[in-house]
Amino acid sequence: MNDAEHDLEPMIHIVNVSKTYVMGIEEVHALRGATLDISRNEYVAIMGPSGSGKSTLMNIIGCLDTPTSGLYRFEGINVGELDDDALAAIRNKKIGFVFQMFNLLPRSTALHNVELPLIYAGVPAAERRNRAERALTAVGLAERMHHKPNELSGGQRQCVAIARALVNNPSVILADEPTGNLDSKTGEEIMRIFEDLHEQGHSIIVVTHEEDIAAHAHRVIRLFDGEIAGDVPVERPRRALRHHVTA
Amino acid sequence: MHLNTFREALRIAYRSVGDNKLRSVLTTLGIVIGVVVVTLMATVIEGLGKALDKSIESLGTDVYYVSKWNWFGGDWWKSRNRRDITVSEAQKLRERFTQAIAVVPVVSTWEETIKYGNLSVQGIVNGTVEDYIATTGVLPEEGRFFNDLESNSGRPVCVIGKEVASNLFGKEDPIGKTVKIKGYSYRVIGVFEKEGDFMGSSMFSKDTQVFIPLSNFLHVFGGERSVDIHVKLKPHVDKEEAKIELIGVFRQVRRLPPDKEDDFAVNTQDFLKDVFDSVVSTIGIVGFIITSLSLLVGGVGIMNIMFVSVKERTKEIGTRKAVGARKRDILVQFLIESSFLCILGGAIGLAISFPLSLVIDQFLPSSMPLWVVALSLSISMAVGLVSGIVPAYTAARMNPVEALRYE
Ligand SMILES: Nc1ncnc2c1ncn2[C@@H]1O[C@H](COP(=O)(O)OP(=O)(O)O)[C@@H](O)[C@H]1O
Ligand SMILES: [Mg+2]
Repeated sequence: MNDAEHDLEPMIHIVNVSKTYVMGIEEVHALRGATLDISRNEYVAIMGPSGSGKSTLMNIIGCLDTPTSGLYRFEGINVGELDDDALAAIRNKKIGFVFQMFNLLPRSTALHNVELPLIYAGVPAAERRNRAERALTAVGLAERMHHKPNELSGGQRQCVAIARALVNNPSVILADEPTGNLDSKTGEEIMRIFEDLHEQGHSIIVVTHEEDIAAHAHRVIRLFDGEIAGDVPVERPRRALRHHVTA
Repeated sequence: MHLNTFREALRIAYRSVGDNKLRSVLTTLGIVIGVVVVTLMATVIEGLGKALDKSIESLGTDVYYVSKWNWFGGDWWKSRNRRDITVSEAQKLRERFTQAIAVVPVVSTWEETIKYGNLSVQGIVNGTVEDYIATTGVLPEEGRFFNDLESNSGRPVCVIGKEVASNLFGKEDPIGKTVKIKGYSYRVIGVFEKEGDFMGSSMFSKDTQVFIPLSNFLHVFGGERSVDIHVKLKPHVDKEEAKIELIGVFRQVRRLPPDKEDDFAVNTQDFLKDVFDSVVSTIGIVGFIITSLSLLVGGVGIMNIMFVSVKERTKEIGTRKAVGARKRDILVQFLIESSFLCILGGAIGLAISFPLSLVIDQFLPSSMPLWVVALSLSISMAVGLVSGIVPAYTAARMNPVEALRYE
């Protein structure tokens, strides 16, 4: 494939990807021959019942894991051929993760949590701080950046996590059940942030099993038993209610 | 490795230890004990070395001590049955042995009472001649040693050790004062500088001794004592050859037939070195064993706690990997944490052993050598690195997905 074709290829190019976990003598087929493309600036929801392989797919897309078989090219790079450090570098520079459990460092301030990817990227301290402050401001947490996670509400913690995902200006933000641990009102506020980020040009992939949440996306991919059971655009994505994070 | 990640690792290590203060301090116990033993051992050895140097200096280098008694080793019963060495034999040795600058007879009492006013102390009284001062490294701090005139005519003068002086005279100036020994009066004309003692023994220290002219001594104490002969060699003579010649000449003096073995001993200060070496190597071996054991126990403890720490922070490791930490970032993080723990243990050890070294200093003038401080901290760090490597590697090679799923 030459450079011109590279440019034409979508950001995420997945062909017939499978993932099999071996647990003792038992094999778990978490993903069975998934094929899909996701382009820059898409807003995609990945839906499906529990155990259908959503997280597995997301981990592969985010280069946390590699496929057992099949092809995955991210921005033209064959991820299957990369070693651990190269995968880490892609996660560091190109991917922003948001987890259901927030996964913040409990002893660190919001600011330090957001700086973390930049620390591993070797960004100098002053610039790091500057960028982390901007990311926190973008998610509406400018006032709270010196607070530790246990001094923040669930919604605010998830905002810190989103700021951390944003701070390295990634190609794509991957959120695995980002509202799963929040009440529906707070969840709605989180979805509003994703909506804003999408409007600013970010690519967003949200894993969820809630129809309400998926309704915000512009495209919904459905997984069932490790296979892609549906992939449809959303006619009129739902708009998040405009109010401020209060909880 | 970026400075960034290094700083991040230090910060995590600091926090992790801070969060588990008691646990951290307990795990470093082995390191603490190891460092305390190493530093105290070095302090004691250093003190002994200093004492040795002083004793060697005070005995005088290049001095042989011809005596009825062996100072070190030798058979006490055999020595006891030897003929006493006489003043005239010393005289003959002086005439015939050519490699010396001084051959000096010294006769000594056991403890005698030395009085001044209504104060008294016990001390050894020596009778000798003016040349004695040429054989010793310890000099009068006040006044002088007696001269040939005083020596030959047996004047009642004396030169006293520092402790005798301070016990009898306190803050008074002893020079010119009169002390009484066996009812006889002696004018103090000199005080020796302080010598200290070697390994708790003042046997070779002049601090508690008194020196009077030999002829006076013989008059007061009689002549039925074996004389020691101090032989100070000329500079640059071969010590071994001189010793052989000395033995040969003295055998002639005593008219020993060739088939008889020596009935005298030629002592040197070298024995002090032997005593020192054997004491130091004993301390060294015992200290080394204790230190190695405590460091081993300490290292295993640290390794164990690091495994716990890695396990406790599995999810954190997953998170760090998700945001781009590489293997070596995680590896370094945990290595720094374990070294930090061990250096902390080392520092606690030093904090304990430093005051103890001051206590040792009271008995055996010494100080904790700086290189030992550096060495202790380096050893601690090395233990930290070695015992941290397996847990750190376990953390570094964790699969990020599994680490994130860990509850
Ligand atoms: N690391 C793993 N080891 C073994 N089995 C796994 C692992 N990760 C996921 N699975 C299994 O793979 C299947 C899909 O899991 P997952 O992708 O987490 O589903 P979802 O996120 O849709 O709930 C499940 O049956 C799960 O138990
Ligand atoms: Mg899941």
